[in-house]
Amino acid sequence: MSGHLLLAGGGPVIPNFGKPNECLKHNGWFCTYWIHKHWHDILQPALIQHIQLTVIAVGIGFVISFLLAIIGYRFRILDGPIGVLTDFAYTIPSIAFFLLLVPLTGVTVTTVEVALVAFTLFIFYRNIVVGLRSVPPEVLESARGMGMTRGQTFWRVELPLARPAIFAGLRIATVATISIATVAAFLIQDGLGAPIFDAIGTPDLFHTELLTAGGLAVLLALTADFLLAGLQRAVTPWTRTR
Amino acid sequence: MPTEAAELVFDEATKVYPGRDDAAVDHLSLTVPAGEICVLVGPSGGGKTTALKLVNGLIPLTSGYIRIDGRPIGDYDVTELRRSIGYVIQQVGLFPHMTVEANIGTVPRLLGWKRQRIRDRAAELLELVGLDPEKDRKRFPAELSGGQRQRVGLARALAVNPRLMLMDEPFGAIDPIVRARLQDEFLRLQHELRKTVVFVTHDIDEAIKIGDRIAILREGGKLAQFDTPQQILEAPVDEFVADFVGRDRALKALTLRTLGDLELAPVQAGGADGLPQLPADTNLRDALAVLVAERTHALVVLGSDGSPRGVVRREELIG
Repeated sequence: MSGHLLLAGGGPVIPNFGKPNECLKHNGWFCTYWIHKHWHDILQPALIQHIQLTVIAVGIGFVISFLLAIIGYRFRILDGPIGVLTDFAYTIPSIAFFLLLVPLTGVTVTTVEVALVAFTLFIFYRNIVVGLRSVPPEVLESARGMGMTRGQTFWRVELPLARPAIFAGLRIATVATISIATVAAFLIQDGLGAPIFDAIGTPDLFHTELLTAGGLAVLLALTADFLLAGLQRAVTPWTRTR
Repeated sequence: MPTEAAELVFDEATKVYPGRDDAAVDHLSLTVPAGEICVLVGPSGGGKTTALKLVNGLIPLTSGYIRIDGRPIGDYDVTELRRSIGYVIQQVGLFPHMTVEANIGTVPRLLGWKRQRIRDRAAELLELVGLDPEKDRKRFPAELSGGQRQRVGLARALAVNPRLMLMDEPFGAIDPIVRARLQDEFLRLQHELRKTVVFVTHDIDEAIKIGDRIAILREGGKLAQFDTPQQILEAPVDEFVADFVGRDRALKALTLRTLGDLELAPVQAGGADGLPQLPADTNLRDALAVLVAERTHALVVLGSDGSPRGVVRREELIG
C-alpha cells in the first residue's frame, strides 16, 4: 500500500511504535503524548509547508489575476474570453488537474503550485473586475473633470474603491487554497495533507494524527481569514461609516 | 483672497456626436464677462451639459472655438486646463474612500502642494461653505447629508482658487428648502469671490435667481436668447422663450426686485394699523403673495432694525 511506503519517510506513526502509551494503544482521538513527541518532526514542518504552498499560490495567483483584470477592465471585449479561461481552470477537479500536469512538470511542488494558482485565478479575476466596475460613473467623471490622468484615476480612485471586492476575493481564495492544498499530498509529501494521508493509510486509521493535522488545517484557514478580515477593515475605513 | 476671474467666449462652438446628423450644440456664440454668472438653461436635448463639458474638454469640440481669456482651449494641455477650472456636478462625485479634507485636497495634491498648505486651505474652504473644519474634515462622504456633500463638492471645486467654475445642475438633487439655502449661500459667496461661472440648470426659476445673464438653449443646441434675467422675462424674443419662461413671467420678474427698491410712502399715524409688515429685503413676488393672502391693499415695509420704513400700496408694487 502506497500509504505505508510514504509512512516510512514520514516518521514513526504506527500506534505501538516506541515507548508503549495507553492512549496510542487504544488509538485515542487526541493523544497529547504523540502530539508533543512529533510536533517538531511532523506537525510543525507540515504546517509551515502548508503556509508556504498557500502563500506562494495566492501571491502568484493574485499578481496574474491583477494583470488579467486590468486587461479585462480596460478592454471589455477581452473580459469574456479571460473569464471563460479562468472559469475553466476553476472547474477542473484538483486531483485531475495534478495528474494532467504531471507529464509537463513531473511529480513536483511546481505541479501543485500551478494547479493551486490556476484555481485562484477565477476567484481573483472576477472580484477585481467587479470591484473596478463598481466605481460610480459620477466619481470617474469628477476625477476626469478635475484633471486626473488615466493612471492617476486608476491608482488613486478606481483601485482603492475596488479594495472591498478585492479583499473579499483574497479571503475566499486563501481559505479555498488552504483547503485544496491538503490534497497536494496526493502527489508530494508537502503540507498538512501529508500527515492526514499517512493517518488514513494506517491499517486502523490513526486517529490522533488525522485529527491533529486536519484540525491544524481548519485552524490555519480560520486564522488566515481572521487576519485578512482585520487587514481589510484597516484599509477600507470608509466602509465602516454607513 | 485673490479675486481674478477669466473671460469665457464661445465662438461658433459646435458639437456633433459621431454617428449623429443633428448637432448637440449648434454654432453657439456668447461671451461670459469675467466675474459673472452665466446660466445655461433649456429643455432636455438643448445641449446645456454638452456646452458645459466642451469648456473643460470632457467633450471635444467638433468645430468653432472656446476661448478662456482670449486663448483657445485647444492650446492648453487638457489636464492642466481641467485642474485650473472648478467643476461641480449634480451627483457631486465625491471620492467615497477619501475624507472630506482629502476630497478638497484633490487638485492641490495633483499640483504638488505641501501637506500643511492643503490642510490649511481645506479648513479655510470648509469655513467658507458653512461646514465645521474641526468636526467635518475627517468625515467620509457617506457620513454627510446631501446638502453637506454638495457644499464639500463646491469647496473641492474652489480648492485652487480657479478663475472659472463649471457647475452642472449642482443643486438639482437636493430638496427644495436646502436648495434655496444653498442658492442663497452660493450667491453670497459669489459676491465675495467674483468668479466667472457657467451654471447649467433646467429650472428657469433657479436661472432667474442665480444668473447675471441667462442663455436659453432650444432643442438642437441652438441659442434662443442670451440676456439678463430682466430682459428675458420682460422681452422674450420669441414664442419658444416666452413658453419656456412661462405664463407667470410677469410674476417671476417681481422676484428680481425687493420692497427696499420701491419708493415708499411715509407711515401716517394710525394709517398702518392692521397692515401686514414685511422686511425690506422681501422680494416683490412674495410681498404680493402676502397682500393676496391678507386681502389688503397695502403693507408696511420694515427696516433692518425692525422699525417701519414706509408703506407700499398694491398698485405701486405691481406697477
